[in-house]
Amino acid sequence: MTPLKREPPNKRFTCITYPEAGAMGLTGDWRIFRPVVDKEKCTGCQICWMYCPDAAITMDEDNIPVFNLEYCKGCMICETNCPVKAISRVRETEAEAAVEK
Amino acid sequence: MPSLFEIRFHGRGGQGAVTGAKILGDATRMENKHFQAFAHYGAERRGAPVMAFTRIADEAIRIHSYIYEPETIVILDETLLEIPSVQEGMNEDTFVVINTTQSPKDIKIKGKISTVDATKIALEVGILVAGIAVVNTIMLGAVARATNIVAIESVKDAIRKGLAGLPEKVIETNVESAQRAYDELQMGY
Amino acid sequence: MSKIVSVTGNHSASWAARTAIPAVIAAYPITPQTTIVEKIAEFVENGDLKSEYVRVESEHSAMAACIGASALGLRTFTATSSHGLALMHEMLHWAGRARLPVVMPVVNRSLGPPWNIWVDHTDTMSQRDTGWIQFYASNNQEVYDTVLMLFRLCEDPKVLLPGMVALDAYILSHTFTSIEVYDYEEIIDFLPTYEAGHWKLNPKDPMAIGNIAGPEYYYELSYAVHEGFEAARKMIPKVEADFKKHFGRAHGGFIDTYQCDDAEVIFIALGTMGEEAQLAVEELRNEGIRAGSARIRVFRPFPAEQIQTLAQKAKAFVVVDRSLSYGHLGGVVTEIRSALYRSGQTIPVQGVIAGLGGRDVRHTDIKKLIQLGFDVADKGEAMPDIFYGLKR
Repeated sequence: MTPLKREPPNKRFTCITYPEAGAMGLTGDWRIFRPVVDKEKCTGCQICWMYCPDAAITMDEDNIPVFNLEYCKGCMICETNCPVKAISRVRETEAEAAVEK
Repeated sequence: MPSLFEIRFHGRGGQGAVTGAKILGDATRMENKHFQAFAHYGAERRGAPVMAFTRIADEAIRIHSYIYEPETIVILDETLLEIPSVQEGMNEDTFVVINTTQSPKDIKIKGKISTVDATKIALEVGILVAGIAVVNTIMLGAVARATNIVAIESVKDAIRKGLAGLPEKVIETNVESAQRAYDELQMGY
Repeated sequence: MSKIVSVTGNHSASWAARTAIPAVIAAYPITPQTTIVEKIAEFVENGDLKSEYVRVESEHSAMAACIGASALGLRTFTATSSHGLALMHEMLHWAGRARLPVVMPVVNRSLGPPWNIWVDHTDTMSQRDTGWIQFYASNNQEVYDTVLMLFRLCEDPKVLLPGMVALDAYILSHTFTSIEVYDYEEIIDFLPTYEAGHWKLNPKDPMAIGNIAGPEYYYELSYAVHEGFEAARKMIPKVEADFKKHFGRAHGGFIDTYQCDDAEVIFIALGTMGEEAQLAVEELRNEGIRAGSARIRVFRPFPAEQIQTLAQKAKAFVVVDRSLSYGHLGGVVTEIRSALYRSGQTIPVQGVIAGLGGRDVRHTDIKKLIQLGFDVADKGEAMPDIFYGLKR
């Protein structure tokens, strides 16, 4: 049905694009801040999952958000919208240490 | 019939001038002629003077402008005789078919005058819509006789077709009334 | 079985929709187009036409709904006029650039103020650059036939463009004549069921139409639309020839010419005026005057080559525009002069503006204008553009 699927737009009749993961590349390296979740505070309401503009959040088996750091751009919309302040930000440069702690 | 024959109807909004013009066109089509039927559109209001036209020809019609000097003028209501536009483009040879109680000799306008009291026929047989006597189909019987442009049988067939969807009795009343106007027409020429 | 019906130009368009059975019809009423969609609603309600009839709150929405339906690969139809067409303007570009073969009769009516509901070509002329194929019809049968031809042309996989057929307000829209109409089974060889071959929206294979394309792609996509028009230019004679083969009628292709072969002066106009001009030519010929009439039927793609051919033998053109591009000239005369300049042809082209807002133009007027064309031919130079019949 879609012979034009992978042809560049200038070969097409009109501008058609198809969804694919990371059309802009791995956007995780745009991040300055990284979201971190406090599992004790998290109620599993999924509001962060719903708001994430990059669909970079999935919920684990305990209903706690997991951030896909390959695509999370660090916009922190999840932090802003978390109703119980369970998501906080850490500087990307200090993130590994913070997560370890 | 000249190669082009044009008819102008004068009526009042609600009297069915446009439908009459179309049914007349249809009647001529049944005799293998070509026609256009149209109205002079403006701000239509019930009771306001309106004009409708039928243009008839032996060949496909290429004229699309207005009709200025019709061969026939049909006046659906005698009160319209006072309106100046009724006499526009009229000359001694114009057939003028009038719905009136008067006879042709009493009508003081030029042209080949013929008259019939279509309103009386409509009231007697009950062709009324929302209180207005609808004389359009009745007058077509008179037009057929006055002008000889189309046979009365074709007019009757066209009325049946044009009113299709109405109750059979209403349609036949219209058909019979057209015949009656054909028979009762007084011709002053 | 084909049958003869006595219908207005508007109902000719409704009957064409009934014949072609679009899957989706979305329309909003506007005088003098209203009776097109009224009749279609009646057909759908009575079960005579199995289309999805979508009621919308504006012309902009009507075209948006048509775009959505057409993108799903469905045959789609609407109709409008004047201010309604103007309100559609943004969506017209969208349908054109998205290559969606929506078919739309447009009743040519003036734009206000002042309020005026009569014939004028300004509405469609103003949509010249929206990526729509434009036909202008001169009688009711041509309205019906052109809608069918447009479906065939627009849905062609090489063309894939929307198309409009313009018809003069009241002169055609509200004038009854008899026309021949068909059932879909009778035209299926001419107009097969629409199968969107290249792409269509499909939830199982998601895609976005009209996503961002930066400077590196936009130009090429504009050119792709232009190529669609060039494909349409090749297809139009084929579609018309095939139509004639099936139904025995043709309407002149790009330009409906009459007595042009040896004509010294050729009168050019669109729509009903173009047909009435034949009568003027006939009368002039009876007086021994070599006049001709060329009714431009397709305005986009513009028939530049055909105009150049006509100019090879003629001594002058008289071109009437029933619209005015304020501050310059009429749209038709501008295109004609442009076409001739490109080919280096220098015959005088007399521009005339006439018939705006429903002002009647008779064949007697056309005769006068053609006679004026002979003066122009003698001088070898056109006069300033004429505002014919203007009360000063």
